[in-house]
Amino acid sequence: MSNAVLDRAAAAQSGGIQLRGLSKSFRGPRGPIEAVKGIDVEIAAGETVALLGPNGAGKSTTIDMLLGLLPPDSGSVTVFGRSPAEAISAGAIGAMFQSGGLVRDLSVRELVTMMASLYPRPLGVEEVLDLTGSIDYASQRTQKLSGGQTQRVRFAVALISNPELLVLDEPTVAMDVEGRRAFWETMRAFAAGGRTIVFATHYLEEADAYADRAILMAHGSVVADGPTTEIRAMVGSRRIRATLPGVDLQALGALAGVTSAERRGESIVLVCSDSDEAIRALLQTHPEARDIEITAAGLEEAFLALTGDGPQPPSVAPAPERAS
Amino acid sequence: MIALTYIRYELLRTFRNRRFFIISLAFPLILYFVIALPNRNVSDVGGSGIAAPLYFMVGLASFGTMGAMLSCGARIATERAAGWNRQLRITPLSPRTYFRAKVLTAYLMALVSMAVLFAAGTSLGVSLSASQWLKMIALMLVGLIPFAALGIAIGHLLTPDSIGPALGGGVSVFAFLGGTWFPLPTHGFIHSLAQNLPSYWLVQASHVALGGRPWSAHAWVVIAAWTAVLSAVAMWAYGRDTRRV
Repeated sequence: MSNAVLDRAAAAQSGGIQLRGLSKSFRGPRGPIEAVKGIDVEIAAGETVALLGPNGAGKSTTIDMLLGLLPPDSGSVTVFGRSPAEAISAGAIGAMFQSGGLVRDLSVRELVTMMASLYPRPLGVEEVLDLTGSIDYASQRTQKLSGGQTQRVRFAVALISNPELLVLDEPTVAMDVEGRRAFWETMRAFAAGGRTIVFATHYLEEADAYADRAILMAHGSVVADGPTTEIRAMVGSRRIRATLPGVDLQALGALAGVTSAERRGESIVLVCSDSDEAIRALLQTHPEARDIEITAAGLEEAFLALTGDGPQPPSVAPAPERAS
Repeated sequence: MIALTYIRYELLRTFRNRRFFIISLAFPLILYFVIALPNRNVSDVGGSGIAAPLYFMVGLASFGTMGAMLSCGARIATERAAGWNRQLRITPLSPRTYFRAKVLTAYLMALVSMAVLFAAGTSLGVSLSASQWLKMIALMLVGLIPFAALGIAIGHLLTPDSIGPALGGGVSVFAFLGGTWFPLPTHGFIHSLAQNLPSYWLVQASHVALGGRPWSAHAWVVIAAWTAVLSAVAMWAYGRDTRRV
């Protein structure tokens, strides 16, 4: 155990994970498809990072290169100062892929024991079965499990190596709401031990709720990267709602920090680029405003604005495209 | 890395699979009794100089062991389809240990298949000296090396849907041209073709009963050549499979 603590300290010192100028193209029916277009990402040890983007954004390709399953066309990957292959040989990485099953004719406990035997410093089998909630059917053969049970066992397989880096590619895609909640609770407990976690998702609320930082990908490029709160602020779409009957909308729209104003019955909604400035201006000009609410837009809106996929809030300038 | 625990569980799960018992054990055993029992007093099968119980014992052991070796491919194809190979590739398990576990499992299945057929043969009066038994088993184990490579190759090239027919068809052709069902003519096109197949030399292992050398120098060359070619194909198939999943 003290060994593992030392290793974790060493991992923290060796500077986390670097993806530098990473590119990958695949042959498509109409010429090459650039899946990943020269991305640069730095992840510190101990961070929980969401890789967020729609299908086809390049998330899975990036993860495959991070794990060394796919050689990049150009660029490099470093995991705790080593190549992915070296990190894997040292048992420093655990991963759960988007889809996949288990091998049959073993019980859950036997399967996890078999996988544990491949690693230099695995966690205890019973501990991991317990942590993932697989303990209830540990004696069942893997081919007799339900979909949700299979997912938990796959999670157990990802955790058993006691990894410094846990990589999850859309881990909750096949889970129901309850299973998803339980999964993230377990993941959070696991992250609390100072491990680095990278997960791909297109569930925006998952990135919002469970990541320290979100990296937004679209069309093979990183379009935004920062703390989830900052990502929201970047698109500046906080909203002020107040009861303010019979007011001149045009005057409101001209206030500092306000990009647009609309009326909803008795109340008005101001979409703001800077809500702090806007609220001061509003109260100065309209001290009679009541029932004031300031809300942040969900990551969903931030995401739509940044990636340019789907309807954009008119107030938001599209993020600059990466030169490629 | 020796990975004994990993190999132990690989074996355990293989032997729990019912398909293995039917294809590798029961089927050749039933065929053996169907063919050899009515002919148990034939002392020279088709001019081979070998009595029916021994001839068909080795013939069907060849059939069963080839199936056992190639069914390794069926397991690989199923595991690939489940994405299990990707999971294994992010463990410290080396390709070398992965192959070692697969080949060892295939060989143990082949040994069980042989043991069952040899017990059945003994019950029909096959009687060999200890050194003859050992020599025959050793030759068969060598003759199966190309099939270990072939199993891995088809496992990484084919899908679970296509591997069933490929396996059944492949074993049938190899068995037929190897002389599993009846001795092949001793000259002509079929003869020269068969002499260059590894399955022919598997069946020829029964010639230990006649004394002398059951395998000519040509036999060793054939086995070595098939092993070299099929190993290269297996490595290529594995490499191609793992480059882009």
